[in-house]
Amino acid sequence: MKVVFLGATQGIGRALARLMAVRGDQLFLVGRNSETLGRSARDLEIRAGSDLAVGTAYCDLEDPASFAPALDAAATALGGFDCVVVTAGVFGSQEDLERDAERTRRLLVVNFAHTVVFCEEARRRLAERAGGTLCVFSSVAGDRGRKPVVLYGSAKAGLSRYLEGLDHRFRAAGLRTVCVKPGFVRTAMTDGRPEPPFATDPEPVAKRVLRAIDRGSPVVYAPPVWACVMIVIRSLPRFVMRRIGF
Amino acid sequence: MSTSQPELATKIVSWGGTAVVGRELHSEDLTAITRDVPLARGLGRSYGDASLPPPDELRVAGTRLADRVLAFDTATGVVRAEAGLALQTLNRLFLGRGFYSPVTPGTQYISLGGMVAADVHGKNHHASGSTGAHLRSLRLRVGDGRIVGCSLDRESELFRATIGGMGLTGHVLEVELQLEAIPSPWILSESLRIDDIDHFVAELKASASDWPYTMGWIDCVSRGRRMGRGILNRGRWARPEEAPARLPTPLQRPDFPVQMPGWVLSRPFVRVLNEGLYRVHVPKRKRGIRHPETFFYPLDAIGHWNRLYGRRGFTQYQCVLPDEAGPGAARRLLELLTRKGRASPLCVIKDCGPQGVGTLSFPLRGISVAIDFAIRADTQSIIDDLNEHVIGEGGRVYLAKDLFTRAEHLRRMDQRLETWLAVRDKWDPQHRLRSAQSVRLLGDRSS
Repeated sequence: MKVVFLGATQGIGRALARLMAVRGDQLFLVGRNSETLGRSARDLEIRAGSDLAVGTAYCDLEDPASFAPALDAAATALGGFDCVVVTAGVFGSQEDLERDAERTRRLLVVNFAHTVVFCEEARRRLAERAGGTLCVFSSVAGDRGRKPVVLYGSAKAGLSRYLEGLDHRFRAAGLRTVCVKPGFVRTAMTDGRPEPPFATDPEPVAKRVLRAIDRGSPVVYAPPVWACVMIVIRSLPRFVMRRIGF
Repeated sequence: MSTSQPELATKIVSWGGTAVVGRELHSEDLTAITRDVPLARGLGRSYGDASLPPPDELRVAGTRLADRVLAFDTATGVVRAEAGLALQTLNRLFLGRGFYSPVTPGTQYISLGGMVAADVHGKNHHASGSTGAHLRSLRLRVGDGRIVGCSLDRESELFRATIGGMGLTGHVLEVELQLEAIPSPWILSESLRIDDIDHFVAELKASASDWPYTMGWIDCVSRGRRMGRGILNRGRWARPEEAPARLPTPLQRPDFPVQMPGWVLSRPFVRVLNEGLYRVHVPKRKRGIRHPETFFYPLDAIGHWNRLYGRRGFTQYQCVLPDEAGPGAARRLLELLTRKGRASPLCVIKDCGPQGVGTLSFPLRGISVAIDFAIRADTQSIIDDLNEHVIGEGGRVYLAKDLFTRAEHLRRMDQRLETWLAVRDKWDPQHRLRSAQSVRLLGDRSS
């Protein structure tokens, strides 16, 4: 595969990019900070142990003007690509977001509006090459309106719906959409927050996501137990959801 | 998921089970999280209090997410990486390319930064020295917040003080290490059943020239004529014609499920266990090709084996006795150990070569003995007695394992301490970098 990766420097994205590099996929990293992108690119090259260079380009989810140039640079460097992975995004706790309207606005814009705009740019380029895979990280937080993740969850809910729609509209044309819904994963993003049940590490999540990309599964929960948990949560009546703290 | 505020303080637990209130900050960006903390912590495998914060500080920088390999020279085997990279990852990455860590302790769940801080040594100390001998350079965040590069040519005083300096001279950010070129990815090993401690020491010394890796397990329950009997393991990298053509596959490990009750370590139980381990080794000499992970890391085969020691936790006493103490030094120590009467299933003996480049590097030419104790009410007094004995023999203890040594004993056992303290004072006059161990052993402030 030839993969453009937004978010490979951190967390689950880092673990997933390493799995791809080690098995021989060709990678191009886009992101905000050129120094950390460069360090991650070297890391991936050395882990891959081949002569393939991992290129990088500037791309910031807060700056939509950076999307098209970044994807074009990737297409040039890779000679076209057939997979785009987006793991980047921001997190804020419900309490913090409720106190800070500006932070809320930014989170909603980055995690929903700009992520969708980036995906649209990516989708068009994939379609020009008769399809490919678009893998985007949403969250279990978007499956139901829930007390601890009202705001973060609403952006992720929108993103999940968008990805579902893309899948319905373009799968026949060769675009495979993979919507990833991780539960609590121990990364810098969740550092210092109390661990809920089923907390897991980035590596097993990355393995599962890579399998989903290879198969073109439209939705993947990680760890898998969340698929069962969310079936229950989605079927709970509202009066129950109002009472529980989940 | 609760709606409560994020929990700020949890527990930080050492490998031996000592717990303090505190929080490990985690980030891929080590330069960000090392700014205002007294200590950096890798994978938490030091047994004692070396990786625990001082009582007045909650936060330490957890390095394990900072694990990028930054450079690798396929011709020379020099690798540069961030301090949180695990030894297991390093070894698995380069084994198939003909390189391995030049020094490895008995676990691969340690970080590069931790290897530097403890100047880790392994079964090959008599042949290859400790970690410091293979370090090319370090990048540190020193006490005043500056980031400093150091090596034997540049800020060499700081470089040497950091090797074995228990993280107190600077937070290790990056490590440049010379890997060892290996002829094949397999180990050729031999094991021998040894009848008593004197034969053990003699056999270790005799093996040194032909075998880069040697170590012995001692049955420390048996006394008298059989005192110090056990199994000696020795190995070397197999030559290509001796080794299987395939690569060793990474091993999976089961987890030790629960804390064990105290009787598991009672004397009768350990006696039966040790008798079995000794007897089952037939014939007296065995030879074969081994997976490097089973040869170097037998205990890694079971995750959380520290739970064997139950809730009260355990400590390991590791000391080195210099050759100058004479051939009977190991026997005298074992006599004291068996007289103190603490049963332990794990007692390890190793041959050590000359002292390394680190100012406070632990090993010196002689014999190192390590023994695990479950922590009980009398542990402090046992270790006080052992330390008095070791000081009398001209030996010293390994700070990466230590939890009970007194400041006064450390001063008496290590004449190099003054030199090291002077370097530390130069780079960190206010002693911003501290640990629970430095409060105990160096008298650092604790409030």
